[in-house]
Amino acid sequence: MKTKEEVGIKGYAGYVPRYRITPKEIGDVWGKDGESMGKGLRIESKSVPSPDEDVVTISTQSAKWAMQRADVDSQDIEAIYVGSESHPYAVKPTATIVAASLAASPDLTAADYEFACKAGTAAFQTCMGMVASGMIDNGIAIGADTSQGAPGDALEYSAAAGGAAYIIGSDDLLAKFRHTCSYTTDTPDFWRREGEKYPQHGGRFTGKPAYFKHVTNCTNKLLDETGREPEDYDYAVFHQPNGKFPMKAAKRMGFSKEQIEPGLLVPKIGNTYSGAVPLGLAATLDHAEPGDEILVTSYGSGAGSDSFDIEVTENIVKIDDENVPRIEEIIADNEFISYSVYAKYREKISEGGA
Amino acid sequence: MRDVAIIGVGETQIGELWNKSLREIGIEAGLKALKDAGLEGDEVEKLYVGNMSAGKLIDQEHIAPLIADYAGISGVPSTRIESGSASGGMALAEGYKAVASGMEDIVVVGGAEKMTDVGEQEAKEILSSTNDQEWETVFGATFESLYAMIARYHMEKYGTTKDQLAQVAVKNHANAAKNPNAQYPRETTKDFVKNAPMVADPLGMFDCAPISDGGAAVVLCPAEQAESFEGDPVEIVSIGQGGDYMAVHERKDICTMKSTKHAAKKAYQRSKLDPEDIDFAEVHDNYTITEIMAIEDLGFFEKGQGGPATEKGKTELNSEISINTSGGLKAKGRPVGAVGLNQAVEAVIQLRGEAGERQVDDPEYGLLHNIGGTGASAIVHILRRWS
Repeated sequence: MKTKEEVGIKGYAGYVPRYRITPKEIGDVWGKDGESMGKGLRIESKSVPSPDEDVVTISTQSAKWAMQRADVDSQDIEAIYVGSESHPYAVKPTATIVAASLAASPDLTAADYEFACKAGTAAFQTCMGMVASGMIDNGIAIGADTSQGAPGDALEYSAAAGGAAYIIGSDDLLAKFRHTCSYTTDTPDFWRREGEKYPQHGGRFTGKPAYFKHVTNCTNKLLDETGREPEDYDYAVFHQPNGKFPMKAAKRMGFSKEQIEPGLLVPKIGNTYSGAVPLGLAATLDHAEPGDEILVTSYGSGAGSDSFDIEVTENIVKIDDENVPRIEEIIADNEFISYSVYAKYREKISEGGA
Repeated sequence: MRDVAIIGVGETQIGELWNKSLREIGIEAGLKALKDAGLEGDEVEKLYVGNMSAGKLIDQEHIAPLIADYAGISGVPSTRIESGSASGGMALAEGYKAVASGMEDIVVVGGAEKMTDVGEQEAKEILSSTNDQEWETVFGATFESLYAMIARYHMEKYGTTKDQLAQVAVKNHANAAKNPNAQYPRETTKDFVKNAPMVADPLGMFDCAPISDGGAAVVLCPAEQAESFEGDPVEIVSIGQGGDYMAVHERKDICTMKSTKHAAKKAYQRSKLDPEDIDFAEVHDNYTITEIMAIEDLGFFEKGQGGPATEKGKTELNSEISINTSGGLKAKGRPVGAVGLNQAVEAVIQLRGEAGERQVDDPEYGLLHNIGGTGASAIVHILRRWS
């Protein structure tokens, strides 16, 4: 899928809650060797949202900073799409709350997306299409999650919180989307049914026939369609449910550790689901220079991948780093908590037992 | 009683076969075996299918006619045989008896299991259902914990060490590395095995066989007709079956599997062979301790000497006796109700001299040992090179 008109990123920013918990702390509660599980997953710590944080707050903060960087007024936003699998409401959009919090004009279109961990990049593609077709000038695409892991489940060691927002338009671009493509199948590797508090997963089935198949096929499709090779890119960002999967996928496809390192945030903050690729791309753009080329591939269980070919413009040097923190600064501001505090924050226990 | 020959073998890849259903696995193995024998399928008079738990693993019972139907031989009388993890071996024994008795001439015996459609925890619980549910499982005893108790007692009584247990895994992985159908065709080291995450002390993750999908099949016929078919025949010289108390705590000596001893005794008696005559054996190694006990109970080594013998390399490929040349359940994989047939396929390949890098030098006799649960049932087959 190639866009007819020029479309790209005018501004971006991310947000990660400051609380952290280690796999060891979690493992100690469940009688598991959390430390070696963490090493196996390549996760040193994961982010934990405070009781006052949810997908709305993460999205709003990210979008505010992204608009600041894009120098776009909230009244000029004509579309907002929020991708998440932890929308606060089952029925009632996150996007409208975010729009109101940003003081956006009612003259906009808005919707929530859900596609497990790739809902954020689905929002990218929607905004790209709307901008390229001339329907809108500026849209906001957000990927954010406060993901859930059942107590004691393998997911509890990685399920984290965070997100990033992108202002997508056609002028004053920091980076251009040159190409995008998707790869989608019906693959039940991870799901949460209506009314269930925690998701279920297919264990090892989430690997080869799910993550690796989709990430590899989508990335190879992008390389085929663009006639490019892995070494042509300065950076690559792959969905990161843990540290092991993206490193293995990158190696198999011929990408180096150096290419993926700036965008590999999962070892410090865990799997931020819909926020993972948007945050990884944001951290990569923080390091990018004019002319740099970035390949991005998301993955959402169920299952599908979106790939993007991105070229960074000269405008990247003018980016506002003064008033908007870089991703690494956000991640560095943290506080480690115990499992008991984590259990309270994530409402696994509640005061009064309600 | 007529003499019985195996005239065709077939096997699927063992592993996580995400894109194959149970029926596809069964059909693939069966068709490969028929092709090997040079048969079309119309000649088949009876089908036995070894399968432990399709009802729990994929919610499908009555799988023998299902496989026959989808294999294109609907109407052929077919029966599923269940005996826990010995289902495959028991199915082979039933096929043998059908041909030996003169009731049937061409019999296909297949084994298939699809274990990865359920989660790992559920698969483990299903494996544990081969224990005594009322007297073992209900009190929290899993399959692993029962074998761990057996291992611990074997260590206490005979001085078996964790190094010796680890050597079983190292050897079987080395053999699997030479087997293209193995789930884990990779070598490993003693340190890696010993430092793997603990499952049930003293058994770590690498002391345990995996959860696998896979299938295997053989075609049987009367020995007197064997040379008229395309496939190189191998003779089944004898079988022996044994039993024991269902629950481990009822047994007088948990370091000995009475079922194995009895099955082996019968098989040796019927074939007039001794353990010394056996060149190689595929033994049931669902845990490393099980292989050590098996090589003792089958008479290859004195009781208590299984560990030291393994450590000294006496069970390696082309040593004193080659044990689990396929990689065993440990490294070739454990499609649980099919393993008895996987063992038979390996033995036929060895006796035909077609095992390539893992070929035993000039073997004449191979033994198969397949047990159910913690050893409440056991079946032994002895196979001979065609002469």
